[in-house]
Amino acid sequence: MLKDITLGQYFPGNTFIHRLDPRTKLIMSLVYIVLLFVAKDYFSYGLLFAFLALIIAVSKVRLKIILKGMKPILVLVVLTALINLFYTPGNTVASFLVLKITDAGLKNAFLMVIRIMMLIAGTFLLTYTTSPIDLTDGLEKLLNPLKRIKVPVHELSMMMSIALRFIPTLIEETDKIMSAQKARGADFETGNIIQRAKALLPLLVPLFVSAFRRADELAVAMESRCYHGGQGRTKMKQLIMRPRDYLTLALGVLLTAGTVILALLGL
Amino acid sequence: MSDIIKIENLTYSYVTEDGKNSLALDHIDLSVEEGSFVAILGHNGSGKSTLAKHMNAILLPEGGKVYVAGMDTSDESLIIEIRRQIGMVFQNPDNQMVANVVEEDVAFGPENLGIEPGEIRQRVDDALKQVGMFEFRTHAPHLLSGGQKQRIAIAGIIAMRPRCIVLDEPTAMLDPVGREEVIRTIHGLNRQNGITVVLITHHMKETIDADRLLVMKDGRIVADGAPCEVFRNVRGLKEIGLDVPETTELIYQLNKEGFNLPLEALTVEECSRAIYAVLS
Repeated sequence: MLKDITLGQYFPGNTFIHRLDPRTKLIMSLVYIVLLFVAKDYFSYGLLFAFLALIIAVSKVRLKIILKGMKPILVLVVLTALINLFYTPGNTVASFLVLKITDAGLKNAFLMVIRIMMLIAGTFLLTYTTSPIDLTDGLEKLLNPLKRIKVPVHELSMMMSIALRFIPTLIEETDKIMSAQKARGADFETGNIIQRAKALLPLLVPLFVSAFRRADELAVAMESRCYHGGQGRTKMKQLIMRPRDYLTLALGVLLTAGTVILALLGL
Repeated sequence: MSDIIKIENLTYSYVTEDGKNSLALDHIDLSVEEGSFVAILGHNGSGKSTLAKHMNAILLPEGGKVYVAGMDTSDESLIIEIRRQIGMVFQNPDNQMVANVVEEDVAFGPENLGIEPGEIRQRVDDALKQVGMFEFRTHAPHLLSGGQKQRIAIAGIIAMRPRCIVLDEPTAMLDPVGREEVIRTIHGLNRQNGITVVLITHHMKETIDADRLLVMKDGRIVADGAPCEVFRNVRGLKEIGLDVPETTELIYQLNKEGFNLPLEALTVEECSRAIYAVLS
């Protein structure tokens, strides 16, 4: 059950997208997300969708994996669709009892669903094609100017990479504790929400205790390996912007210009 | 040769939950010769891990002194240099890995030392080759076996080019195969690279090939010598609750029955040869 979580999972590969500098990918993802909210109508959405399709094709991430990643947000998507469907004013096309479906509602619901799905797909592509280490390195480099105003950028990125590093370890541990508690008769599946939440307590307590113990041991191990914060620290892998990064960023500028123009035209 | 670690009259105590002081290390004197392989044997609570943590300044002496390559561990300005020279490997391989990729994890130590990137690459590749994990350099550590993870932890230490490695029960969480891998790896590092090894363990078998064996009990060193000499005192070891290796046990029992076999025969081969010699 817990093995299905694809959050922040990285699929190694060696495509054009995989080899891009993480900073490029971070900036492009940010631009893409902003553009999704700039987009107005079918044409501007179409342009962004074409861009997404291009990235998926080049990155060779299987469509199945992306769709699987959307499963957890299905409820949110359906809810958004329903709200848009029934609460957008316009010409009524169909109605049951007090609920009316309008033509504008249909269109809104469709575009909203597309928007959420494209948003999720885009951000997933970032984590699917970028190793967590690259991601945090890129973030650290991008946020570096903030160090001047005393933002602990290095510490934050170290915390993030350690958190990502321990996700699989803690999932494994949760599975183990769950099996151990089930073997002793614990019931995680039946009962109402309150009963089930209560059943989680004997799972969470040992998990927390063990997480703290791990953190303590990790801190000692890191100190033993001469860790003393970001000062005077070097990196084995240097981030270098290459022609392909500039090419991609140029594409980003074109995409922005295209979407903004289409949106301004109301398309 | 000179001593890499020199411990003088070291004491250390913990405060237990009911507020009492419990003495974990009781006036320890110990010198570790550079290039040697020293094993420390003892039960849980014998103070062996506490002793290990004093060797790279994770813990500081309450009384007495610890010197690493002539540097006093209580001098805070020397701490990074001390930890560069004395690498430490811990029991749980999962809790000492910081990165999601094997080579990134091995690079962590050298990165902390501020070594320039090209040199780090070189060291990481060398270290991974030395522990036989080079083919796995781009793998995710959580998908590897315990023995493999522990070898990566060792690689992460040797990438800092230490003069001595202290291993605190590195095999306690491993299966027999993983245990074998790890022990073989550290013997290789000791012989080929001349790295001093301090191996803390509660598995007798792992101490047989050491140059020197220390036995600890209640914060004191109760036996010190070559493994075959220490194990010869079968009754003494049993009294403090430690077992002797199966081979020694066998010879001990046979000798009780009136045979006269040498207790120094520690490996299975030596033991079988000794028994064969008596029988024929």
